[in-house]
Amino acid sequence: MNPNNIIICRCEDVTLQELHDVLEEGYTTFEDVKRILRIGMGPCQGNSCGLLVQREIAKVLKKPLQEVQIHKTRPLITGVKLQSIVEATKNER
Amino acid sequence: MNANVVIIGGGISGVAIAYNLAKKGMKDIVVFDDNYMTGGATGRCGAGVRQQWSSKGNCIMAKMSIDFFERAQEELEYHRDVEFKQEGYLIVATTDEEDEQFSKNVALQNEVGIPSKKLTLEEALQIVPHLNKKIVKSATFCPTDGHLNPFLMTDAYYTAAKKLGVQFFYRERVNEIVVKDGVIQKVITDHHEVLTSKVVNAAGGYSYEVGQMAGVDIPVYSENHEILVTEPIEKIQGPMVISFSKNIYCQQVPHGSFIMGRSNPNVEHNHDISSSHEFLDEMAKTAVELLPPLGQLRVIRQWGGSYNVSPDRQPILGDTDQLEGYYLACGFSGHGFMFAPMTGLLLSEIILNQPPTIDMSELHISRFKNSTHNTYEKSVV
Repeated sequence: MNPNNIIICRCEDVTLQELHDVLEEGYTTFEDVKRILRIGMGPCQGNSCGLLVQREIAKVLKKPLQEVQIHKTRPLITGVKLQSIVEATKNER
Repeated sequence: MNANVVIIGGGISGVAIAYNLAKKGMKDIVVFDDNYMTGGATGRCGAGVRQQWSSKGNCIMAKMSIDFFERAQEELEYHRDVEFKQEGYLIVATTDEEDEQFSKNVALQNEVGIPSKKLTLEEALQIVPHLNKKIVKSATFCPTDGHLNPFLMTDAYYTAAKKLGVQFFYRERVNEIVVKDGVIQKVITDHHEVLTSKVVNAAGGYSYEVGQMAGVDIPVYSENHEILVTEPIEKIQGPMVISFSKNIYCQQVPHGSFIMGRSNPNVEHNHDISSSHEFLDEMAKTAVELLPPLGQLRVIRQWGGSYNVSPDRQPILGDTDQLEGYYLACGFSGHGFMFAPMTGLLLSEIILNQPPTIDMSELHISRFKNSTHNTYEKSVV
């Protein structure tokens, strides 16, 4: 299948081909490709694409999967509306 | 390995200095960074670029940097879009003191050619209609302020510098700077020993420690500033909105997300960059009070980054009388990203013994020793 037609990061609409191009340019870690392509920066925060990207990097670098770090995970775990946070802090008093 | 200069720190300042030196013809330039590119303060910043300051030094640095950003894409021949957006900064006054101070700031800014102006509440609402008019008194606006993608802007400098022969070593830590009889001998890293007589400290949050490595005392400290990003939505806000009294900066980036941050007056001086729920609570309250419709946006991520703070909240740039061949680009107090083009240009001029484009005495480290610094930048979040 044509890598131009395979979406690897659905949140940010990044194709497999775009990922391969950036890896070829010499950006070879998840943190690097995230910064160039926005992979993992969308609403799913890498939950969907993380393992897929990790596997692609491992394949290109010819490294075992466990040696390829995925990006840092941070709060929040799920998207919360700012208004909900305001209301929750009101209820705390 | 031999190098004419070793730059410690591969964030926006380090890559800008490397590019400017290489462009002026210097050979054998080496950059070390112990993290991935933009893994430090640059990659954690709020991505805004503004010229509305209260100190003349900052105003000039900012104006000339924006002039560069306007032509950066072409000059650096970058193959991606650095996402430069010039839709202004709207700085709102919520107190009478701010209203008064802002009139003075605008006069100073106009004096050095920055096209900012004072706006009434009604005029401000025409630019950002969803401002809470109950708390805003007036505002200042500069239409040429804006936004840049910090990752791609850094990559643009990096790519251009690499083409000119600069050698970059990311994920490589500098462990020692060897000095003998007041002369720099070499820089020792995890994997290299580099013979050099010139070192540039562009280490951001770690510039104090990189100073100590060479016995140079720099009056800076680091503190965590937190920030969050929301889900992307269709465009509803052009400019960055800032309030110093409400302690918030908030903008919608070209990608559609809102980025917003605030400072914590009680934050400790250290290298912490963790995330706190207190920040999330306070940020949400402030954002929803000042810009009510933002309450409907989902937060998708929050993070922290290091401000490297100087005593007067202005950068420390240039050489130092403590050690020959040791140069400083630190203490940006949260604004190193937006000043980077001038940091790169000025440091390259100092290192190559060329007359500096602007008078830099106000930014030299000696201002603290002689207590000649009487300005203090108040326009910070």
